[in-house]
Amino acid sequence: MSEDIEIETKNLNLWYGDKQALKNINMKIPEEKVTAVIGPSGCGKSTLIRCFNRMNDIIDCCRVKGTILIDGKDIYNKKMDVVELRKNVGMVFQKPNPFPKSIYENIAYAPRIHGLKNKKKLNKAVEKCLKQAFIWDEVKDRLGDSAKSLSGGQQQRLCIARALAVEPEILLMDEPCSALDPIATAKIEELIRYLSKEYTVVIVTHNMQQAARVSDYTAYMYIGELIEFGKTKQIFENPYEESTENYITGRFG
Amino acid sequence: MKHTMFSLKKFDYKKIRNIKDKTVRKILLGFGLTAVIFIILILAFLLMEGLPFFFNGDSIDFFTGDVWDPSSPNIPRYGILPMVLGTFLVTLGAIVIAVPIGVGCSIYLAEIAHPKIRETLKPVIEILAGIPSVVYGFFALVVLSAWIDDFFHSTTRLNALTGSIMLAVMMLPIIISLSEDAIRSVPREMKEASLALGLTKWDTIRGVVIPAALSGITAAIILGVARAIGETMTVLMATGNAPVISFDMLTSMRTMTATIAVEMGEVPFGSIHYHALFAVGIVLFVITFVINFIADKVMKRFREKY
Amino acid sequence: MKWKKIKEHIIYSLLRLTGLFIVCALAVLLFYIISGGMGKMSWDFLSSFPKDGMMSGGIFPMIIGTLSLMTLTMLIALPIGTLSAIYLVEYAKPGRFTDAIRLAVHNLAGVPSIVYGLLGLGLFVVFLGLGLSLISAALTLAIMVLPIIIASSQEALRAVPQNIREGALALGSTKWETTRYHVLPYALPGMMTGSILALSRAAGETAPIIMTGAAFYITHLPSSIFDEFMALPYSIYTLATQSSNVEATRPTIFGAILVLLLIVLCMNLVAIIARNYYRKKYRW
Ligand SMILES: Nc1ncnc2c1ncn2[C@@H]1O[C@H](COP(=O)(O)OP(=O)(O)O)[C@@H](O)[C@H]1O
Ligand SMILES: [Mg+2]
Repeated sequence: MSEDIEIETKNLNLWYGDKQALKNINMKIPEEKVTAVIGPSGCGKSTLIRCFNRMNDIIDCCRVKGTILIDGKDIYNKKMDVVELRKNVGMVFQKPNPFPKSIYENIAYAPRIHGLKNKKKLNKAVEKCLKQAFIWDEVKDRLGDSAKSLSGGQQQRLCIARALAVEPEILLMDEPCSALDPIATAKIEELIRYLSKEYTVVIVTHNMQQAARVSDYTAYMYIGELIEFGKTKQIFENPYEESTENYITGRFG
Repeated sequence: MKHTMFSLKKFDYKKIRNIKDKTVRKILLGFGLTAVIFIILILAFLLMEGLPFFFNGDSIDFFTGDVWDPSSPNIPRYGILPMVLGTFLVTLGAIVIAVPIGVGCSIYLAEIAHPKIRETLKPVIEILAGIPSVVYGFFALVVLSAWIDDFFHSTTRLNALTGSIMLAVMMLPIIISLSEDAIRSVPREMKEASLALGLTKWDTIRGVVIPAALSGITAAIILGVARAIGETMTVLMATGNAPVISFDMLTSMRTMTATIAVEMGEVPFGSIHYHALFAVGIVLFVITFVINFIADKVMKRFREKY
Repeated sequence: MKWKKIKEHIIYSLLRLTGLFIVCALAVLLFYIISGGMGKMSWDFLSSFPKDGMMSGGIFPMIIGTLSLMTLTMLIALPIGTLSAIYLVEYAKPGRFTDAIRLAVHNLAGVPSIVYGLLGLGLFVVFLGLGLSLISAALTLAIMVLPIIIASSQEALRAVPQNIREGALALGSTKWETTRYHVLPYALPGMMTGSILALSRAAGETAPIIMTGAAFYITHLPSSIFDEFMALPYSIYTLATQSSNVEATRPTIFGAILVLLLIVLCMNLVAIIARNYYRKKYRW
């Protein structure tokens, strides 16, 4: 591969208590591309991407072995500052989870805690993030309204804007469209394509067509193992592994 | 660093924030530990003050003796049996009265009552639960005992029955609210399945809802009982406080809690009598702890089911 | 079929009667207390000291005693209770230690108040040498309500959905920032409601303060937290059971009960209204 590598995992293993959820994952996720992670439900997709911002830290029975390098730095190193890491690696969740505050506050919160106190700059930042997430026109006249008053699709785009507001380089998305209708989904897919110009996006999806539409690379997982990783076009048209082909064709058929 | 649209990196609050985070964690841990220490202290002090009695006093007489007479000029006797019996009978009486009314009322509230009636009854129950026990005690002493006297012509105005009735009223809010929760958490599909088979509403309640909620209702009753056993002021003021062995509900009786409350004010610190009262406290603590523990287990089983 | 209908009708009527019983119980209780105490209610009764061995005069020192006891109890129990609940829910790693605390907190809520009285006597009055005093009684009541405050605070904290915490952490908030800005604001009303209810229970408690500092009669207000004090519930108890002239003291008792009930029920009312308000406000 010719691209620069943003995230690299080496012999990544993960256990929930006694149960192993990730087995020897080795993958290299390229920079400023969209990488889709697909596989049957329960195969460890969410678990994998939650390693990239160490979200698994908050699950008490979870144990990780192996190395994950982001920009060449080992994020499971003791010296790694988790807060700093999460600032660099944004995340959008399956179910939209806006804070029960105003639309403005949802976006302004993170820059503010990270030290941006200037009111004017903050306003600018909020506007910019909302524009980047294609939601500015829909909310610009009601920034003071509660985020809960938005539709599901709007809430999810708000969450994306919220993640952009910390200026991450990587954006993790865990089935961001699974709770949304087709129109809202189309909007978010368009947004993902647009974001990949500047951000490294890792998206988990169990919608094959979605993976084919939005991603440059695809990783196929099965019961905790990474079966195949490669260019999306190649994975979908000409997979090496039979298991991958069965899964993909099964879903397409 | 590529994205510097509003130059967050220029502000470096990182260090302060991290220090703050760590400090708060330590402070909170401190408070958590304080709470734990308080809790351990309860046990420690009960044991510290109660155990000397078992070493110095007559611990066999304590558990088997049928006389409690610590101020006897000849031989002070410390037999806990009269008080255990008093607690048992008064509580039993309260259970007999409170359980049918309480469970009945919870079924009524959860399954039958119109929502409007329910909304008015709930605060009534909450107010009953909030009334201090000394107020119930006073009511028993002044009003209820006169009624009982008129009705049964008892030899003593203050007797076990008065205490039982008053305790029953105090237990009701606990039994009703917890049982109602249990009944309401029976899944609707179960009820609908039964109704769909052509059973009447009452058959459904009796045959499906109550059996399903039974462990939750049981836990509610057990917790009510624990409350009754531990209640002090009401029985102190209502039951007449004679530490005698009797099975007649119309005679005066004295419970463990009342004994501690009455006598603790008058004993010299460190005397055998003082330690004996702590020993009674230990017995009381163990009984209520075990009861609560059982209720907790029963409740957990109920929760796991649904 | 007809017989069955009649039978159900009877059962329903019986169940309805139990509901009626509850209402009647409260009505009778309130009727006696209000009719007995209403006549006594006057500014003079509330603001003057008792006279003639408490057969006349007012209940001012008891009210002040109860209120200062409450304030002191709150100052001790509220920070310890709520902060340790935050620790237990947001910070503590599961394990034997945490389980032990949870178990203890849970079961101690059911320990009789008189046992807490014994603890207060042994620990604060005798061992720590605080004597019979306001502070001994307040510490005792604080320990008594601690498990209730912790339990209800934990419940309120757990009601905040986990995905809100994850959302905040994913933005690079520290643990404390997450708790402070995204958990506490929504859990606080619930925590306060539970705490007020617990404190209202403490306000009416008599047994623990009998042994730790409440006095039958003193001619002055407590001048420091190390003084003995008079309190409404204890005065009600002593006047009702130990007075030599029952008829003469009765109006004073009724008056004291009415005031105590007002204090306790007002606290309950505030808590319940707040709870219902916030329950509607935050539906996750
Ligand atoms: N918090 C957890 N505790 C224990 N096991 C978990 C936890 N989260 C996920 N798992 C288990 O790990 C496996 C992978 O889960 P997940 O990563 O959520 O799968 P996916 O996102 O691919 O559907 C599943 O078998 C699941 O049961
Ligand atoms: Mg998943």
